Amino acid sequence: MFGLKSKKDPENSGDGAQPGFFNRLRQKLKQSTSWLTHDLANLLPGGKINAAVLEELETRLITADVGVETTERILSGLRKQVERRELGDLDALLRALRSSLLDILKPCARPLNVRAGPRPFAILVVGVNGAGKTTTIGKLAHRFKAEGLKIMLAAGDTFRAAAVEQLAVWGERNQVPVIMQAAGTDPAAVIFDGMQSSRARDMDVLLADTAGRLHTQLNLMEELKKVKRVMGRVDPSAPHEVLLVLDAGQGQNALQQAKLFNEALGVSGIVLTKLDGTAKGGIVLAIADRLRLPIRFVGIGEGAEDFAVFDAEAFIDDLLATGKQAA
Amino acid sequence: MFDQLSGRLRGVLDALQGRGRLTEENIGDTLRQVRMALLEADVALPVVKTFIDGVRARVVGQEIEKSLTPGQALVRTIHEELVALMGEGSRSINLRAQPPVVILLAGLQGAGKTTTAGKLAKWLKEKERKKVLLASTDVYRPAAILQLERLAGQIEVGFYPSDPSKSPVTLAHEALDEARRSLYDVLIVDTAGRLHVDSDMMQEVRDISAAVNPLETLFIVDSMAGQDAVNAARAFGEALTLTGVILTKADGDARGGAALSVRQVTGKPILFIGTGEKSAALEVFQAERVAGRILGMGDVLSLVEDVTRQVDREQAERLAAKLKKGKDFDLNDLHDQLGQVEKMGGLAALVDKLPTKLLGKAGTVPKPDDKEIKRQLAIIRSMTPQERRHPKVIDGSRRRRIALGSGLQVADVNRLLKNFLQMQKMMKSMTKGGGMARMMRAMAGKLPPGLGG
Ligand SMILES: Nc1nc2c(ncn2[C@@H]2O[C@H](COP(=O)(O)OP(=O)(O)O)[C@@H](O)[C@H]2O)c(=O)[nH]1
Ligand SMILES: Nc1nc2c(ncn2[C@@H]2O[C@H](COP(=O)(O)OP(=O)(O)O)[C@@H](O)[C@H]2O)c(=O)[nH]1
Ligand SMILES: [Mg+2]
Ligand SMILES: [Mg+2]
Repeated sequence: MFGLKSKKDPENSGDGAQPGFFNRLRQKLKQSTSWLTHDLANLLPGGKINAAVLEELETRLITADVGVETTERILSGLRKQVERRELGDLDALLRALRSSLLDILKPCARPLNVRAGPRPFAILVVGVNGAGKTTTIGKLAHRFKAEGLKIMLAAGDTFRAAAVEQLAVWGERNQVPVIMQAAGTDPAAVIFDGMQSSRARDMDVLLADTAGRLHTQLNLMEELKKVKRVMGRVDPSAPHEVLLVLDAGQGQNALQQAKLFNEALGVSGIVLTKLDGTAKGGIVLAIADRLRLPIRFVGIGEGAEDFAVFDAEAFIDDLLATGKQAA
Repeated sequence: MFDQLSGRLRGVLDALQGRGRLTEENIGDTLRQVRMALLEADVALPVVKTFIDGVRARVVGQEIEKSLTPGQALVRTIHEELVALMGEGSRSINLRAQPPVVILLAGLQGAGKTTTAGKLAKWLKEKERKKVLLASTDVYRPAAILQLERLAGQIEVGFYPSDPSKSPVTLAHEALDEARRSLYDVLIVDTAGRLHVDSDMMQEVRDISAAVNPLETLFIVDSMAGQDAVNAARAFGEALTLTGVILTKADGDARGGAALSVRQVTGKPILFIGTGEKSAALEVFQAERVAGRILGMGDVLSLVEDVTRQVDREQAERLAAKLKKGKDFDLNDLHDQLGQVEKMGGLAALVDKLPTKLLGKAGTVPKPDDKEIKRQLAIIRSMTPQERRHPKVIDGSRRRRIALGSGLQVADVNRLLKNFLQMQKMMKSMTKGGGMARMMRAMAGKLPPGLGG
């Protein structure tokens, strides 16, 4: 009934034979490490820093979705340093830029440690429509299971057509139990059920899926608050993680998403998906800058293994590289 | 975020006050701010640059209408330019071909293709009375075929049960055969989400397209998409012969600048916008609405108001003082109010400039008739000062004279007088009921009461 095809060739997609996300990331990194010396150097005939170079940096940040405000703030810092003649050459400028970006992101690169929390560790996964919540749950289940943890999923998206079945396939793939009820059931009831079952069956982690919703839909945000309250009834410290899934292809609206989901639920971690395309996900810089939310993982494909812990330095290198497609 | 455009513009527009001509210098700052506003709305940088250059070329040297400040003139031009760009070549969905007409949907992962396939099927079934078959070629995403099957069941249209062990191209062929065999009018082919840099998958969608030879190939794009939308749209446009665009998830608060980017690089019209998850949440694209939203036009309006408030406030205060003294609202006052509305670009322009939050509502407000305002003004201008002050004296023969003078029918004069009497009554009750403040606000050149403000 369910198609389980992979978009990659069979040799590459089998377990173990997969190049693996570290290799993929490393490959990405290799492509982009030369961004410093390569193209920017052309803008600096005499090796001196001029307005054109600063403008080029501004362009890169803007086209990476960093946003006008955060870009301006980063650049104004650099301009001041240039004025004070602290940045003699291109290398110095790039080091300064890199370090100012790292200052913003490094504090947010905080991995999720489910072993440190109570058992079962309950993770509530939220986000706007189509961000990649269900896929992320499949990837998390895969990762945790490989670490030897006992995982259960709860199919809290009772709204979208076949959303429950989609999660069920991920349950099958990972061979982990999925708690589900009929479409249209109150999501709080399904997740409550998941909380109780995971406790009764001595699970290490419960991953609760929810229907996508726009942060402006107040009734749907209320519904999530209720889910959260109901989880707390089974375990007063639950949910132990409220994971907001953001699509790297989103623009400035993602900041609004993070703000409002955070206000409603208290987001404790972010997953940035779809970084395998040319979208840079620069909006997380603005989010990190203003909301200081931990960024946990990145999604780099549709397969279970296309997932990695967020690495601030790798992310910044990718962000500043000019994409092949960039105009 | 919405405050930013007006905040940005207010400062620079003040500096533009009282100059007769737009020059490279006096618009430079404003254009820089508009550039920022467009970037904040997620319009892609190269598209922003082209747009700003276009506006600059159009306005430099332009004489400013007497009734407008330079700022207003510029903002109006920018809005017009944006509407023109977005609305260019706009059309409805094309079904003029031998059935079954094939519609192919393509786009990135999670953009809303499958949901939109269902919405389109419902639209074609209900609005065009077509017999529709839905078919999925998404053999990758778990339960994607089932998702489409459920939607087809809900809206009661045909569904082709794709076998996920077959290739997408085979499935497309089979679905078309089925559409022919069972005499469907329209076949909608849903595809798996794909990244524009995934060359195998881009080849696959090209093969699907070749298999079904679609009349419409629609690029589905999320209104929350960022700068990269332009790259995706370009790549899809190169791989496929796109004929149009559908903008999804427009029910949120995203400014939707991606719409402009995609419009620009594909050169194809936006046919519909998706405004919710339900199958009925599909609307015909309206350039003014989306353009106003990208600019944060609700804001721009308040800005234009600020500039004009001076004049309006005097007028409103005069009126308030008069009513306070117990005098009646007369036809001179009505004339002033109508004149103000006309100065602001007419009622239609006012509605277009409503803040994004009100856009949903505004969509259902009947399009106000600016010709009607012009007609009413013409009628009042054909009256004598005495008639304007004491409308009671306007008898049958005066009505005929006024109609003649304004080039209209007696019935038009009657209608105006009837409306006027109603308004006068309303004014009286408002003055008595202590609604002065409310009325002042309504009169100060802002929106008609009930529309916001
Ligand atoms: N390329 C790519 N696609 C992804 C990634 N994560 C999710 N997707 C795809 O995005 C689409 C929506 O994902 P889904 O998990 O159903 O989103 P949800 O609506 O938030 O649950 C699906 O086609 C997924 O395969 C990713 O990291 N990279
Ligand atoms: N709010 C809202 N959600 C939408 C709209 N269109 C699609 N969606 C949601 O976006 C998500 C992804 O849609 P789907 O059709 O599965 O995307 P696909 O991967 O491109 O086929 C689902 O949760 C849909 O319900 C829309 O216009 N408004
Ligand atoms: Mg889901
Ligand atoms: Mg789909």
